[in-house]
Amino acid sequence: MRLLSTLQQRLFRWQSDGVAPIRLGQRRVFIVPSHGGMLFSSALIVMLIGAINYSLALGHALVFLLAGVGLSAMIQTFRNLYGLVITPGRSEPVFAGEIAHFGLTLGNERPTPRLALELSAVADHMVETAIPSQDTVQLTIPLPSTRRGWLDLPKIRLSTRYPLGLFTAWSYLQPAMRCLVYPCPRPDLPPLPAAASDSGDQYGEGGQDDFSGFRERQAADSPRHIAWKANARDDRRPLLVKQFSGGAQGTLILSWSMTPTSLDTEARLSILTGWILAAESAALHYGLELPGSSIPAGRGDAHQRRCLESLALFES
Amino acid sequence: MSTPAKQALDHGCPPWLIASALLTIAPHFEHQPLWLSAFSAALLVWATWLWHQDQRLPGRWPMIALVGLACSGIFVEYRTLFGRDAGVGMLVIFMAMKLLELRSRRDANIITILGYFLLLTHYLYSQSIPTGLWLIAALWIVTAAQIRVNGGPLCRIRETLRYAAMICLQGIPFMLVLFVLFPRISGPLWGLPEDAHAGRTGLSDSMTPGSIASLAQSAEIAFRVRFADPLPATAKLYWRGPVLDNFDGRAWRSSAGAIPRETLTFDSAPIRYETTLEANNQRWLLALDAPSTLPPDSSLDGRLTAQGRLPITQRQRVQLASSLDYRLNVEESPKILHQNLALPARFNPQARSLAASWRAETQTPQAIIDKALELFASERFAYTLEPPLLGENSIDEFLFQTRRGFCEHYAAAFVVLMRAAGIPARVVGGYLGGEQNPLDGYWVIRQSDAHAWAEVWLEGRGWRRIDPTAVVAPARVDSGISDALPAGEPLPALVQMRGTWLRNLRHRWEALNNAWNQQILGYDPQRQRELLAKLGLPDSDWRSMATMLGGLGTLLMASMLAWTLYQHPKHDPATRLWHTALRHLARRQVHCAPGETPLALLRRIEKTDPKLAQQLNRVVECYLLTRYGDAGDALNPLRDAVAQLTRWR
Repeated sequence: MRLLSTLQQRLFRWQSDGVAPIRLGQRRVFIVPSHGGMLFSSALIVMLIGAINYSLALGHALVFLLAGVGLSAMIQTFRNLYGLVITPGRSEPVFAGEIAHFGLTLGNERPTPRLALELSAVADHMVETAIPSQDTVQLTIPLPSTRRGWLDLPKIRLSTRYPLGLFTAWSYLQPAMRCLVYPCPRPDLPPLPAAASDSGDQYGEGGQDDFSGFRERQAADSPRHIAWKANARDDRRPLLVKQFSGGAQGTLILSWSMTPTSLDTEARLSILTGWILAAESAALHYGLELPGSSIPAGRGDAHQRRCLESLALFES
Repeated sequence: MSTPAKQALDHGCPPWLIASALLTIAPHFEHQPLWLSAFSAALLVWATWLWHQDQRLPGRWPMIALVGLACSGIFVEYRTLFGRDAGVGMLVIFMAMKLLELRSRRDANIITILGYFLLLTHYLYSQSIPTGLWLIAALWIVTAAQIRVNGGPLCRIRETLRYAAMICLQGIPFMLVLFVLFPRISGPLWGLPEDAHAGRTGLSDSMTPGSIASLAQSAEIAFRVRFADPLPATAKLYWRGPVLDNFDGRAWRSSAGAIPRETLTFDSAPIRYETTLEANNQRWLLALDAPSTLPPDSSLDGRLTAQGRLPITQRQRVQLASSLDYRLNVEESPKILHQNLALPARFNPQARSLAASWRAETQTPQAIIDKALELFASERFAYTLEPPLLGENSIDEFLFQTRRGFCEHYAAAFVVLMRAAGIPARVVGGYLGGEQNPLDGYWVIRQSDAHAWAEVWLEGRGWRRIDPTAVVAPARVDSGISDALPAGEPLPALVQMRGTWLRNLRHRWEALNNAWNQQILGYDPQRQRELLAKLGLPDSDWRSMATMLGGLGTLLMASMLAWTLYQHPKHDPATRLWHTALRHLARRQVHCAPGETPLALLRRIEKTDPKLAQQLNRVVECYLLTRYGDAGDALNPLRDAVAQLTRWR
């Protein structure tokens, strides 16, 4: 097995391609007959035997022409990949268990289109694409994420059977791309802990006094906060909720120590992830305290991303 | 390494596949039973309708029922499921049925491969030029269908067709190299099914009144001859087929039994010639009387008929030589002479009594022969392709009542008269004459040239040819059948054609066909050796051929690959002009760094060489205009600017 892997390493040169655009040269494109090609060549052998047996001169010619077509198809299949330019793009963070998408740009400098290109990082998630002549195509490679942390893009198999389906040409790409995977928010999330504000107000009580305006309802909002009267005036808009400024004065510091100690690390990170999402959607001021790091209270997308990132990379 | 093509077909594919199926099946309609053609056509129409209506394809049970129905139909029709016709019928049915279970790309690939296979089966029936052209068109469409299936819905029709044409054209060099160099084996490798060579017309080994007349109504070519030596101007071309010496009262056949070898003496120099025989399922080689040199694997049968070892089941070339003046069996065995005097006792009393009266009157056999020929020469006998039907005493009826007949009537009547008069005589079947194509010099002998004549054995002279037809219709022997028959006889139009331009056209077409037959269809191991010797490779065996094949194939492959690899993407004109400018700068030792924009380059040059920068400024300006400007034509100013830059010293 080691010999095989060494051989594969040598032959297919499995090493990172870095972040620069990759141009597929002849040393990177491999080609073998496909199942269709095997069927085709066995059909040709049977036809040749038939042509010899019945002494059909034109039968010979037909078989030879088809053999020529097969060889030509081999070159054309190779050509469909040869010279393709692949530029690594970016990827958006996902929660563990979701499918990460890695962006790639494929460029075709040739005046003929390249059709039926198949890309896949893992077997079940294949993307099929085609690039018009002298054009580029942007696509994303799906890759299921399982655990938090950095998810490196494994080697991608870029393959094609176009034009005749008799040969499979393929190439391995390994652009240096990675995607951040946040911990998965727990489905059975414990309620958000009380805001540890100076005044000691409980979340949901002190913050219900001073009405400060409306905002669109989010899934985590309590039905009690829905501005029914305001909504009744215009039912085409999404539901509005009343926003109160009172409670926001208290900040909620979500701390590692608030999670049940009986659970393991991943479960506790999951709970914290869920709380951060809940706190953000409840428009709270929140911070995060983990052993060895802490993020002061804040709110907004950037803040949330920072919190989730530190959860994703916790102890790694 | 590859994953099976399980992907579903897109909706645009089936029309391509239906077209491929139609093109590959259609030529078989010509010779298939009507029900089979109708059945497969109905399946095609059904598949098209299902596609058009976007309906679900039939399930498994209906398909199994259809397969069972088709197979039993074929079995009832041909009494077998194998063999040539039944096998082709099955393939046609499968092709049409596969269209009804067209679900994935794999199904589509099977259809195209089946299509390629069906193309081959047409050559079992015809290898003519039109068939070849039709099949090239079919090959093109099948290949295009395969491209369409694999390329998905983004394929455009014209691009797909062009791409398919290109791939087929790229296959042609390989085809030529393989065709010439692939070591040819003269088949068959094993026994062919019984119906492999069915349906050939030609001279048969028996003769009844009217049998040659019906053959003469066919313009089909029986064989072609090319003479290597000049032909004497007065030569009469009697191409000898079977000798029919056994008469049962109605039909003439070759008598069975051992016959001693001929003793031949030749009185003139042999004439060498090459005969290309069309398939006729008979063994005789139709040599000119009398053959002096025979090809290997053939012999004379004791009656001067040259015979091959095996029936001629496909077009075959043989090298022969004949001397037109000869003496055959001056000493003949009494047993053979006795055989050639036999007449069935019950039939033709009138003819026999006539012959007996001649015998009583005259002394020499020659005088009896003359009397018989005089009888035919009399005004009352007519030469016609449509003789009246004859009854039991066919010779009597012909001689004394109808007096209208074709060559077999005259030959048979003459032989009966001779035998009755005590002169050994027999009927010889074959062809007479032929027509030379002025374009390629080949003689073409058609079925309409089929003929029958008589041979008599004379003491001290041996067997001598007597052609009674020559007395009745001299033109038949001198200039051919179309001149011998009166107008209105049912001769095929091709043979009758007397108009010059039509005849000319026919000669051209036949010369082309002959070249096709000789050079392409007749490319056999022998031709291959000859050609390779001409190319400077004498005595090449399969090993040297394989080596050359490998070498040439690799060379072709390498050149195609090189062409593919070094096809640089064509830049647009503006980029090319910009590159010209950059090359000019490089000559001045100013190099554009990778990733450096034109403007950045300009700024850099401004610091080091302001004068050059001044010149370059205009180029950069125009170049950026072509790239980002929306003004109409910025290319010409750029061209001028670059020209100015390169002229500047």
